[in-house]
Amino acid sequence: MNVVRQCKTKKFLNLIIGRMVVLEQKKLRAAIIGPGNIGIDLMMKIKRSNVLELVLMAGIVSGSQGLKMAEESGIATTTRGIDGVIEFGDLDIAFDATGANPHMKHAPLLKQADIFAVDLTPAAVGPYIVPAVNMDSQLLTAHNVNMVTCGGQATVPIVNAINQVTPVEYAEIVATLSSLSAGPGTRQNIDEFTQTTRNALIKVGGAQDAKAIIILNPADPPIMMRNTIYTKCDTAKIADIIKAVEDMTRKVQKYAPGYKLKVSPYADGDKVVTVVEVEGAGDYLPKYSGNLDIITSAAVTVAERYAKLKHEGAM
Amino acid sequence: MKSIRIIDSTLRDGMHAVSHQFTPEQMAMIAGKLDEAGVDTVEVGHGDGLGGSSFQYGFSKATEEQYLKAVSEALTKTKLAVLLIPGIGTVEDLEVAMEYGVKTVRVATHVTEADAGEQHIKFAKKSGLEAIGFLMMSHMAPPEKVLEQAKLFESYGADTVYITDSAGAMLPHDVRARIGLVSKELSVPIGFHAHNNLGLAVGNTLTAIEAGAASVDGTVCGLGAGSGNSQLEALIAVLNKGGYNTGADLYKLMDLSKEVEGLMHRPQTINSDSLAIGYAGAYGSFLLHSRRAAEKFGVDAREILLELGRRKTVGGQEDMIIDVAIELAKAKSSK
Repeated sequence: MNVVRQCKTKKFLNLIIGRMVVLEQKKLRAAIIGPGNIGIDLMMKIKRSNVLELVLMAGIVSGSQGLKMAEESGIATTTRGIDGVIEFGDLDIAFDATGANPHMKHAPLLKQADIFAVDLTPAAVGPYIVPAVNMDSQLLTAHNVNMVTCGGQATVPIVNAINQVTPVEYAEIVATLSSLSAGPGTRQNIDEFTQTTRNALIKVGGAQDAKAIIILNPADPPIMMRNTIYTKCDTAKIADIIKAVEDMTRKVQKYAPGYKLKVSPYADGDKVVTVVEVEGAGDYLPKYSGNLDIITSAAVTVAERYAKLKHEGAM
Repeated sequence: MKSIRIIDSTLRDGMHAVSHQFTPEQMAMIAGKLDEAGVDTVEVGHGDGLGGSSFQYGFSKATEEQYLKAVSEALTKTKLAVLLIPGIGTVEDLEVAMEYGVKTVRVATHVTEADAGEQHIKFAKKSGLEAIGFLMMSHMAPPEKVLEQAKLFESYGADTVYITDSAGAMLPHDVRARIGLVSKELSVPIGFHAHNNLGLAVGNTLTAIEAGAASVDGTVCGLGAGSGNSQLEALIAVLNKGGYNTGADLYKLMDLSKEVEGLMHRPQTINSDSLAIGYAGAYGSFLLHSRRAAEKFGVDAREILLELGRRKTVGGQEDMIIDVAIELAKAKSSK
């Protein structure tokens, strides 16, 4: 009985101490630029964070859904886009969920204002980050990091895992998204999507050469995001590849729980074929929008890690 | 006499029928003879267009640049075209193609996704190319939806908009309803691209012309995905008899067809698998991929194709074939 009580007391004390530590860590003040589907989903994820505080939602169209939802949650809003963000002041982090072209303009302004930028567009001003693969190496030095693309977040970890086992000569990925989950940003930037994904497969995934294909499927009910990953490599190592891919899948699942190995790696001629499916958390976007969920989850994970490193004085 | 523009796709859609293995020399020979025969435009490249050479769709025998160089040198009057499917090919790929005298680009999207092609149509117009919007799998959307998407292409600056029966699944009344509505409502010319999975390619093409199409596709020997395209020699014969002017010489095309026959990997027929494609409304180029998957996983190719149709797969989703084959194999072994 006493032992149980002691344990309970100890647990309680630990909880208090834990809370105090969190309270001591000042939350970093964050803004979202671009109150579209991605921006709203980010808002809901940041609200749950212990280390980030969402203080501003910036858009350019007054009365848009995202701005309305932010106002209803008591978050300040501006319709003056990046200018509104810079004038707001006292910000630590900005999530940019606009488009490639706007981000090219935002990036230097954010840097000047000493605001750490988490870029969710395919602009790729800063280095690519895929949390399961290369998070810390970039966070310590960069002031702007790029979240690649949803297709990149879903496939780069697999290519990286296989490349740890045996060199990947060529990686090719096919990302199929439901049409409903591909907003105007994705559609107008479809070339940037394929190019940025390809580049990340090489730079972060480690493939010597790569190609990315994106397909929009309008089927109703909407399909889950699915990604087929073809890797040209030594297929005799398939047993080790399977193990490496399963380990990597668990790493991604830590921040994107809906990430699932749909077809375990198998050898087919000179290539290995792997299929992953991504179901969303259903925060703002429906569950079929796993493509958007994996990039917003990764972005918040990166920002939280940045907050932690900053708190620890690592930078 | 009404004039009809002919776009030959033997060297693009026809590539599906030879698993993208034509050599640049073979392409140059065919292109040269199409030019001699007075065909208006030839489309060249991998079956899935610029950037199509891949694990997903199969690697082509040569590079795009090698094909375009060989064909451009063989042409005198005939215009050189390429196909660009946004998500597979990019503006970067088009810029490379333009170095070889490409004058026309067809920007192909699924019938409900025209806005994915906005940047490519606009880029083409800015670069002085002819831009054609190409709505694939048009059987999957009702005429009003096809019209809405065709209008999007027109608004981006497309010079012509194509209604494409990628699955060879349309009956003549489906063609008439779509072409009739779109040609009435748009001010640019309308085109039609047929597949022969239900044996209707030439007939549907004639129906399209009667309903208002001003530009139509064909391929020598009917080479193409699934059961192939509208067979060009037959189509020209029909249009000659129908009193249309195409500028193409029937006998020269007949002579060319004999040479193309010698290059074919298999007869271009309606067989049970390609018929299943038309019947299920699945994408034409799934044919050979489904046969390979059927063999690998020990299931019936027709079952795969019918299931792909049921799941409303769209053009380019060759990787779904693996999923479906694996699931069918599992279901089969648990029985």
